[in-house]
Amino acid sequence: MDFMTLLQVLDSTVRLATPLLLACLAGLFSERSGVVDIGLEGKMLAAAFASAAIAAVSGSVWLGLLAGIVSASLMSALHGLASITFRGNQLISGVAINFLASGLTVLIAQSWFGQGGRTPSLMGGGRFESITLPFANALRDVPVLGPIYAELISGHSILVYVAFLMVPLSWWVLFRTRFGLRLRAVGESPEAVDTAGISVVGLRFAAIGICGLLCGLAGAYLATGLQAGFVREMTAGRGYIALAALIFAKWRPVYALWACLLFGLLQAVALRYQNIDLGGITIPVQVMDALPYILTVIILAGFVGKAIPPRASGEPYVKER
Amino acid sequence: MTDTAPAIELKGISKSFGPVQANKDIAMRVMPGTIHGIIGENGAGKSTLMSILYGFYKADRGEIFIGGKEARITDSQSAIAAGIGMVFQHFKLVQNFTVLENIILGAEDGPMLRPSLARARGVLKQLSDEYELSVDPDQLIENLSVGHQQRVEILKALYRQADILILDEPTGVLTPAEADHLFRILDNLRSEGKTIILITHKLREIMEITDTVSVMRRGQMTATVKTAETSPGELAELMVGRKVLLQVDKSPAKVGAPILQIENLRHVDSHGVERLRGVSLEVRAGEVLGIAGVAGNGQSELLEVLGGYADATGSVTVNGKPLPLTGTGADGAARRKTGIAHVPEDRQTEGLIMPYTAWENTVFGYHREPEFQSGMLMDNAKIREQAQDKMTRYDVRPPDPSLPAKAFSGGNQQKIVLAREIERDPDVLLIGQPTRGVDIGAIEFIHKEIIRLRDTGKAILLVSVELDEIFALSDRIAVMFDGQVMGERMPNETDQTELGLLMAGVTERPGGDPIKAVDAALEQKEQREASQHD
Amino acid sequence: MDKMPAWADAVLVPLISILLAAILSALVILAIGENPVEAFNLMVEGALMRSAGWGYTLYYTTNFIFTGLCAAVAFHAKMFNIGGEGQAMIGGLGVALVCLFIPFPHWTVALLVAIVAAGAFGALWALIPAYLQAKRGSHIVITTIMFNFIASAVLNYVLVNLLRPQGAMDPATARFPEATQLPTFQDMFATADNPLFRGSPANVTFFLAVLACVAFWFLMWRTRLGYEIRAFGHSESAVKYAGISPVRITIVAMLISGGLAGMMALNTTMGEAERLVMNATEGAGFIGIAVALMGRSHPVGIFLAALLFGFLYQGGAELALWTNIPRELITVIQALVILFTGALDNMVRMPLERLFVALGRKDA
Repeated sequence: MDFMTLLQVLDSTVRLATPLLLACLAGLFSERSGVVDIGLEGKMLAAAFASAAIAAVSGSVWLGLLAGIVSASLMSALHGLASITFRGNQLISGVAINFLASGLTVLIAQSWFGQGGRTPSLMGGGRFESITLPFANALRDVPVLGPIYAELISGHSILVYVAFLMVPLSWWVLFRTRFGLRLRAVGESPEAVDTAGISVVGLRFAAIGICGLLCGLAGAYLATGLQAGFVREMTAGRGYIALAALIFAKWRPVYALWACLLFGLLQAVALRYQNIDLGGITIPVQVMDALPYILTVIILAGFVGKAIPPRASGEPYVKER
Repeated sequence: MTDTAPAIELKGISKSFGPVQANKDIAMRVMPGTIHGIIGENGAGKSTLMSILYGFYKADRGEIFIGGKEARITDSQSAIAAGIGMVFQHFKLVQNFTVLENIILGAEDGPMLRPSLARARGVLKQLSDEYELSVDPDQLIENLSVGHQQRVEILKALYRQADILILDEPTGVLTPAEADHLFRILDNLRSEGKTIILITHKLREIMEITDTVSVMRRGQMTATVKTAETSPGELAELMVGRKVLLQVDKSPAKVGAPILQIENLRHVDSHGVERLRGVSLEVRAGEVLGIAGVAGNGQSELLEVLGGYADATGSVTVNGKPLPLTGTGADGAARRKTGIAHVPEDRQTEGLIMPYTAWENTVFGYHREPEFQSGMLMDNAKIREQAQDKMTRYDVRPPDPSLPAKAFSGGNQQKIVLAREIERDPDVLLIGQPTRGVDIGAIEFIHKEIIRLRDTGKAILLVSVELDEIFALSDRIAVMFDGQVMGERMPNETDQTELGLLMAGVTERPGGDPIKAVDAALEQKEQREASQHD
Repeated sequence: MDKMPAWADAVLVPLISILLAAILSALVILAIGENPVEAFNLMVEGALMRSAGWGYTLYYTTNFIFTGLCAAVAFHAKMFNIGGEGQAMIGGLGVALVCLFIPFPHWTVALLVAIVAAGAFGALWALIPAYLQAKRGSHIVITTIMFNFIASAVLNYVLVNLLRPQGAMDPATARFPEATQLPTFQDMFATADNPLFRGSPANVTFFLAVLACVAFWFLMWRTRLGYEIRAFGHSESAVKYAGISPVRITIVAMLISGGLAGMMALNTTMGEAERLVMNATEGAGFIGIAVALMGRSHPVGIFLAALLFGFLYQGGAELALWTNIPRELITVIQALVILFTGALDNMVRMPLERLFVALGRKDA
């Protein structure tokens, strides 16, 4: 593999890791507040459709992005209604949301566009264009660093940069602000938060709102950045990979970055090569597909480091008598 | 009489949970700078009242005055604003946060953490010095001892500038030494003008520290008196309402051969702490061996090991036959086959499956017995039939086998468990806290059944934290402390004082200060547990 | 103290939930500019008014009974097995292997062997998550989700690289031999004069599914194992006290659950496609969750819920054929059913409880 191929694979890794990273951070906020979210997939899917549809109709990708955020947030609100307000089963609610998004997107797409559950291809202002960073072209010829800057770092859509900036931002919010302190507390011990005079429900809804926002960004990037339009089931399990990455990252923002880059790399490699020949041993592409899940199971089994979720996650908060 | 307004005044507070009236028309006045005790049995409504004061529940009726002004306390936020702080029985701390983070949670100065933490550090230092409340501000809560965690709770309240501090059963989880330290802290707080409400069911604590005391019984406040003008005897009577005489008619035991023999039993819990440290006991046919002790000194683990659901080393024999203490064969089913029946300490989480019907529960643990099978299936008709019979004979009310266990009162649930275990005609009966949460009528019935079983020549191992019950039922008493048997006594040759010392780990009546001896023993216990905890 | 009679909990709550789901679905149909009444008529027409329609409805019902029972066993043991889909995929692999490589003399023999293979493969796929839950405390929901994806990759690999006939393009096995093909309802019930169930896929596996319902009832409510599984679902500490091993119950319950999911593959492979294709399960594993929730994990409820979803599936296919409403409408209904019976349970239940308390007061 030559240097340029490597750069191309890494470049594609960055693109593929972006939706994973946004969704993973979305899940991180939700689960840190004690609300387990296996509905990341559905929220992303809803956002992907809404952003593509609105961008196609309006011709403005920014309106599309807004629509994506709104639709993912609506799904989040539904999850909150079920799991916070009515203290329902968070897992079942997540499953329901995934199916709801899967069905509704195709249903509405068919009704609006009549193209078999897809949106028209997005063109021009309907997509996020890639941004060329300053001096990218000028520095291209500098050996090694030049191509890295021009090919790998420059030339992505704005949402890619947003996603990567979200990592330090999330860390800062969680560990340096009052809101973050309370959010982490409510996921560990809602009764401590409640007796301190802070609303458990309010905090959890806030967390779920952030989750909706980030899922919205993730979905919008899929449909308007990574690809040009919505096709049915276009998230293709990314929500679950993000969930896996979240466990892999032990619910920490910076680890989440590495986990998502790793899983993005696996996807990039699987996309580019069908089978990988490693000195006589052929690794079939399916191994690449399955590797994120296998790695997560190994982590979950506690054979390599133990992944301990926030203590109160999955449990609706009921005041004890 | 002074003109100062009371720090707290409650008028006509009432609160019901469905049909249960937890608080009924309660009035109370507490003067500033005093310690006011609230005493009462479990379920008397003390905690409900304090939860209302802290805004955790809303009273159905009644008014609250703080410092003479009516306060509308609707949630914890408004209680904190009114200057009330509360230390719950079960601490409300975030385990993987530092002390400092827990202190500022909900009382931060602004949206950024750094300045809040800095200020809190300073305030904490000051408070620690002022009230003997030293605790490492950067330590994680999960690494602190229970006593230190409690200090963090008190500091939390003080940091929020609470003038009124409510402590709910604060010594339940403390060793006597820690409790003494707590009382010193409370004393300091009082002299700084803070008002303290101390909820407890321990008379000794009331007499030791409070200025005034209110007694609660069945949701009502039955009396408020000055501590100096009352006596423990009077308070006890006010608490219980009538003198309960735990007298069981029994003839002297006809003791036979040893049935259950326990040698050098050791058990290590999941945290690596040794909970049984070489226990040796013997229970003979036709006798009740009572195990006395403060909860958490290995009694529960002893029952679990004997019942087959905790591993141990050492040796246990029944009728001379050794029992496996670990691996296959060390389970509840195998134990039952060797003639051990077990009435567990907690019938709701262990002894019964609450949503199961009474008839399903009457075979729980014995459901694999051949007599309850027909072919590959369970013989449900037969199980129902024998359940009906048992329920009639044990006076379970209502005697309807198709009701779920959760539909019965505590006493009737216990009778179902008792019927199931006794009717298997075991050689050994393990019985833990037989009358916890059981009404008076059922207590008498259950005590009679235990004695009746004893008189048929069974070996009975009784664990109870109620000393009265131990005295009433036992033919021999063994006292456990810190995973060891401190000594055995005959009930007619000992008294509560001697057993009390044994329960605190002091084996001989000390010549000097008994409190010091107790403190030393407890200190040792705590150090051992802390050093073993992984 | 019970606030609501048991029958209301078992019957009213699911009924109200399905009613809410139906109303919302009707609104969705309205919103996309179609007529809900006409749509419903079309669905009934297509799924229930002709024997061929029934043939499809019952074919889907068969799938959903198996996956519904799969989810229900786990629910009884207080576990959430989302892995029915993957377990069914791997079950299909088991069926394909025995059908392709054992020369069976007759379909009855083939079916018996295939039942064992499907069950064993499905159970095996549930074994690792079960073991990890029982021994290592890894949350079974997450591991079974992961195992769905791993199953899909495994199946993909096996179909593409190992079992695909030479020259074939699509990832699928060769056709199963004639002798392994199960008799369809058409084979069984159609006569020359009365061509019933023409061309429809319902087959003898349906009776197997009904039998599984009966067996499930006996297992859960009449055997020691069922007694222990349900007890474990209610209280783990009590089960330890009674001498029942939580590890054993977790693993056994999941093996049964996975086995039932695996058996679904009999219907889709031997019964219908007569070969193993990549997406033979078609999401039936997930529908099982809705079926079990709606059927309150009881075999009668599961049978009825499976029938309902069978009707929806076939009716939805008809809709997609004759109107502008895509099949995904069914996915929406499925989502709503899961939402109302599983997650928003309290929203439906709380007003009902209040109603019964009020009624109770009036009586007293």
